[in-house]
Amino acid sequence: MKKLMKHRELLLVGIIAIMVAGFATRAPGFATPGNLANIFNDTSILIILALGQMTVILTKSIDLSVAANLAFTGMAVAMMDAAYPGMPLALLVILAIGIGAALGAINGMLVWWLRIPPIVVTLGTLTIYRGMAFVLSGGAWVNSHQMTPGFLNFPRLAVLGMPLLSWMAIAIVLMMWVVLTRTQFGRATYASGGNPTAAVYAGIDIGRTRFFAFTLSGALAGLAGYLWVSRYAVAYVDVAAGFELDTVAACVIGGISIAGGIGTVAGAVLGALFLGVIKNALPVIGISSFAQMAISGIVIVAAVVFNARAERKAGRIILRDRGAKEVSA
Amino acid sequence: MSDTRDMSAETRTRSAIPDRLGTPVSRLLGSWEVLLFGVAIAIFIANSFASPYFLNAWNLSDATFNFTEKAMIAFAMAMLIIVGEIDLSVAAIIALASTAMGAAAQMGIGAPGLVAVGISVGLVCGAINGTLVSVLKLPSIVVTIGTMSLFRGISYITLGDQAYGKYPADFAYFGQGYVFWVFSFEFVLFIVLAIIFGIVLHATNFGRQVFVIGNNEFAARFSGIPVERIKFKLFLLTGLMSGIAAVCLTSRLGSTRPSIAQGWELEIVTMVVLGGVSILGGAGTIAGVVIAAFVMGLVTFGLGLLNVPGIVMSIFVGLLLIITIALPIVVRRIRFMSTK
Repeated sequence: MKKLMKHRELLLVGIIAIMVAGFATRAPGFATPGNLANIFNDTSILIILALGQMTVILTKSIDLSVAANLAFTGMAVAMMDAAYPGMPLALLVILAIGIGAALGAINGMLVWWLRIPPIVVTLGTLTIYRGMAFVLSGGAWVNSHQMTPGFLNFPRLAVLGMPLLSWMAIAIVLMMWVVLTRTQFGRATYASGGNPTAAVYAGIDIGRTRFFAFTLSGALAGLAGYLWVSRYAVAYVDVAAGFELDTVAACVIGGISIAGGIGTVAGAVLGALFLGVIKNALPVIGISSFAQMAISGIVIVAAVVFNARAERKAGRIILRDRGAKEVSA
Repeated sequence: MSDTRDMSAETRTRSAIPDRLGTPVSRLLGSWEVLLFGVAIAIFIANSFASPYFLNAWNLSDATFNFTEKAMIAFAMAMLIIVGEIDLSVAAIIALASTAMGAAAQMGIGAPGLVAVGISVGLVCGAINGTLVSVLKLPSIVVTIGTMSLFRGISYITLGDQAYGKYPADFAYFGQGYVFWVFSFEFVLFIVLAIIFGIVLHATNFGRQVFVIGNNEFAARFSGIPVERIKFKLFLLTGLMSGIAAVCLTSRLGSTRPSIAQGWELEIVTMVVLGGVSILGGAGTIAGVVIAAFVMGLVTFGLGLLNVPGIVMSIFVGLLLIITIALPIVVRRIRFMSTK
């Protein structure tokens, strides 16, 4: 299975490279290191969210509330910063992560304790969280001049030639890689999605694993909330509307199985970058940005077709033995 | 496909056992439709106290426009969820069908032609979803997230930030006309469709097969039920209903923007689940969906009369969804604990 996955990610790297090369022929300067770094920076928030989404999807769940969580948390910290300009930035970032984690934990509780299907829970909290963002702000915007310079500049600070936003994405990618491949929680995540019955026999509490996955996804969404608001220098209720689908799309493109238990951090990152490259390339090669939605739709469907092929093959020959080993280990 | 169901295979066995142990009285009182009907009446009474303008035939007639279009799709969606699939692209189908009708109207096509265009676009979109799910055997939740972005994307490519607004005068009937006194065309259509869907789901072979597949796809296959063909038909049906809803909505608004019906897929799924259809498939009634449509329509209309902004209403809809699902589970658990 590992071989197949490696193969898959290499393939995705290849496709992204071909795309970049193709766009570069139409628009010289597209493939320069500076522009590629820009694209990475632009995709950072999607990468962070996709990693949270991936953890949830691995446990055979889905979190549709990430974008609403982002909007609420972003609004909350932006308003706090505007109201109390003296508040230290570190505190605000911690608050953002905390609020996000709390909202994620609510999803997790409903899934764990009440055993409501995740899609129903997050469909409900999606509307509730965004509604709360409206109640909190009364529909008003928080504009750049109301926020403190420190709050706004933090993600833009250049460290070693790259903005801090990119570095944060890299740090989170590394962190998630450690969490998912080197910790007990990570193993429980794969097991409870890959084979729930076996996971229960192996002593894994699936509900609790899902709860932590949702909390983690919420915490990352909270952090992304701060990053989004400070990067775009504005907070309003409809921030990141529909972005939850982009995070799911990034996961699907990256080979994370919607049925749970299959997927890698590298896959999710590459899936996000794939979308990021397309998004940045369209205006450059003169295609209206209105076409972006249709293109990502086609890409998602194509990725699902491709995934289904790969999984079906694996499922018959390799995955069963391999899966059993993984659970008992 | 079957993912959503295995997702909570353990949930189902757990919650299903105490259900059967209940006394006949608790079973009747616990019947979802009865409970929901009570909620609907409570909201109705609360509304009439909250606003003096509520109890007026024309006002109530206006209120029905809040849910009739969504409910038409919800009927088909209910069958799709019962069979174990889902279609998140319905709102995008409305957008695409509406855009196509707008373009056709621009070319001078009359009202009957426009209806044909809207319905055929719906059918084509439904056929695409159905093919991807039943022929290529892909998970419907991801497929329809993809086609949702594709269908609405095509509307955006066609329209950009423009809008179509020139529709023939007689086209307005579908969304603004009245059949008899305060009964609008849309409301009558809603009732007729509710009856048809009720019969199809609860009194035909086809409906029976839908339940069988939703409960045990494996057994259904062994019983010779054409699982894939039925799923395909249901996606086609959902596309058709989205097309019809697009005709009504476009006619009511008299204009088309690519953002038309944005977010409706979630409201429609909420309506279906609120109506007591199990998101895990295999259980549900059309009557429940009809009552749920009234509940959601009354809530949003009542709050509207109280000048509550739309986005705050969505909090209530979200809470309604979670509470109505959580409440029976909590009650059951408490009862289970107390008997222990």
